[in-house]
Amino acid sequence: MKSTLFSKKNRKLLSDPLGDQNPITIQVLGICSALAITVQLQQALVMSMSVVFVMVCANMIISALRNVIPSRIRIIVQLVVVSSLVVFVDQVLQAFLPDVQEKLSVFIGLIVSNCIIMGRLEAFALGNTLWPSFLDAIGNAVGYGWILLAVAFFRELFGSGKLFGYQVFPDGWYEAGGGFYLNNNLMILPPMALIVVGVIIWVQRSRKSFPDELLEEN
Amino acid sequence: MSFLRNTLNKIKPHFLKGGRLEKLYPAYDAFETFLFVPNHTTSTKCHVRDSIDLKRTMGTVILALIPCLIFGCYNIGYQYYLQFDPSYINQNFSSFLNLFLYGLMKVFPMIVVSYGVGLSIEFAFAVFRKHPVNEGYLVTGMLIPLIFPIDCPLWIVALSVIFAVIIGKEVFGGTGMNILNPALLARGFAFFAYPTKLSGDKVWVSEGYTDSISGETALGELATLVKDGVTNDYQETVLSNFSSDGAYSLLNSFLGFIPGSIGETSVVAVLIGAAILLITGLGSWRIMSSALVGGFFMASIFYFWNANGFMSLNPIHQLCIGGFMFAVVFMATDPVSAAQTNKGKIIYGFLCGFLGIMIRVFNPAYPEGIMLAILFMNVMAPLIDHYVVEASIKRRMSRVKI
Repeated sequence: MKSTLFSKKNRKLLSDPLGDQNPITIQVLGICSALAITVQLQQALVMSMSVVFVMVCANMIISALRNVIPSRIRIIVQLVVVSSLVVFVDQVLQAFLPDVQEKLSVFIGLIVSNCIIMGRLEAFALGNTLWPSFLDAIGNAVGYGWILLAVAFFRELFGSGKLFGYQVFPDGWYEAGGGFYLNNNLMILPPMALIVVGVIIWVQRSRKSFPDELLEEN
Repeated sequence: MSFLRNTLNKIKPHFLKGGRLEKLYPAYDAFETFLFVPNHTTSTKCHVRDSIDLKRTMGTVILALIPCLIFGCYNIGYQYYLQFDPSYINQNFSSFLNLFLYGLMKVFPMIVVSYGVGLSIEFAFAVFRKHPVNEGYLVTGMLIPLIFPIDCPLWIVALSVIFAVIIGKEVFGGTGMNILNPALLARGFAFFAYPTKLSGDKVWVSEGYTDSISGETALGELATLVKDGVTNDYQETVLSNFSSDGAYSLLNSFLGFIPGSIGETSVVAVLIGAAILLITGLGSWRIMSSALVGGFFMASIFYFWNANGFMSLNPIHQLCIGGFMFAVVFMATDPVSAAQTNKGKIIYGFLCGFLGIMIRVFNPAYPEGIMLAILFMNVMAPLIDHYVVEASIKRRMSRVKI
């Protein structure tokens, strides 16, 4: 069972969750945080990075311990690992990015209950060695992250006319500056996040047809 | 007529298979069937067909909307001159014509934008998905301008139309598949996305924004009464506008000489439309009547409760202001998004009216409660139908003796 570091199988672990097996758009997991923290790109970026960190560490730790974890209490063990990592991330953010941490508030803590992380621990890390678990974690976390960033891009651009907090549309476009443009308030409200995610799913499905069996598997 | 037929016949080969414009066949087909009753014959087992097809149905509904449109145009002019030059308003015909033409000039661009944008999207989807163009937009395209304020910028109208047609309809599979009423969805979108252009006191009188004329709708005035710390003096001032000689008197509200969305103000015009819909059998009398009863019921409860100035308005007056009547007749009865069963229609209509008045009075931030109520009930309609059907099955089952 010796395989090279980047064998075809391992590359698939990394690339599938970015597209065909994307945790948000295909498996429809982790929607809650995708709606909540995508008002601004900065929040979405910090959130994605936190999830990447937590997921990679958790997946590797669980994978390393997989032979010593009694299967009856495996969920508790996973929770302990994930929540320690989340507390760590939360503390780091409080120390270095207090304003972002304040905005993300409870959602950093809620990474614990992010179904993508628990799902990957259960479905993958418990049955695979360190290296594939690492790739799987990177793939899924980045797959989650890029959807978050894509949604946040549209929401921040049309909701407040900014990207990463910098004004993109010139003041002259707005009514105060003599133009006619107005920011779209709906973009700031959660329903629009759902619709943006929906449109991404629509585009993805129409580019490639997904047979129903594939969807039911997940 | 024969000129049209000949022209169509002449250009037809280009659109058929192998022709130069083969891809645009759905567009051609839509145009041809719009002008002439199609000569399609049935290809399935069912051979009994009604001669009135979807395009003719839509045409009748548009006919029912014409009184609202005409009065709406007149009222736009009336409100404008009332603010800027009241001496211009006379009882003679030329004054009427002037006011009407002024309004028409303002409303026409909105209609053009609504139809232009909406139909382009429909055609694009039809060509792309290779199905005939759906007729559903013909009515929606007329409804949308009628439920927007006159000073709403055209680009917002266009954006709302795009949202309503794509997210509200095409995503679900086109005409007949939508779960929400597309016209109301367009208004809902604009209402939440650009609240300053869809509510407040600057958009209801044409040109009011630039000249900072304050033309508040009746609902907007009343909504100011629903907060803490409203003094008695203030309440009396507002309510005096609703007495028999005020600007929002029952007579004015009934005839429609009050600021509001273009087509919604006149109850008379709406009732003419309702009559057309009912006589031709296109609108459901069950929904209309039960929605009226629901609204009246809720308004009566408020009237006797009388907790604030808004509630003290008498129930008939309550139903005449705002878009309630228009929404009940033209929005709630949309055959696609309403309940389908007869009993379901009554429950659905009642709750539309009931919730509409309730939202309007309880939440001053959403003066146009009937819009939200109908959108909400659109979502609930399949559930109502489900339980009506279940109940019917259960009742019949109990009669069965095994």
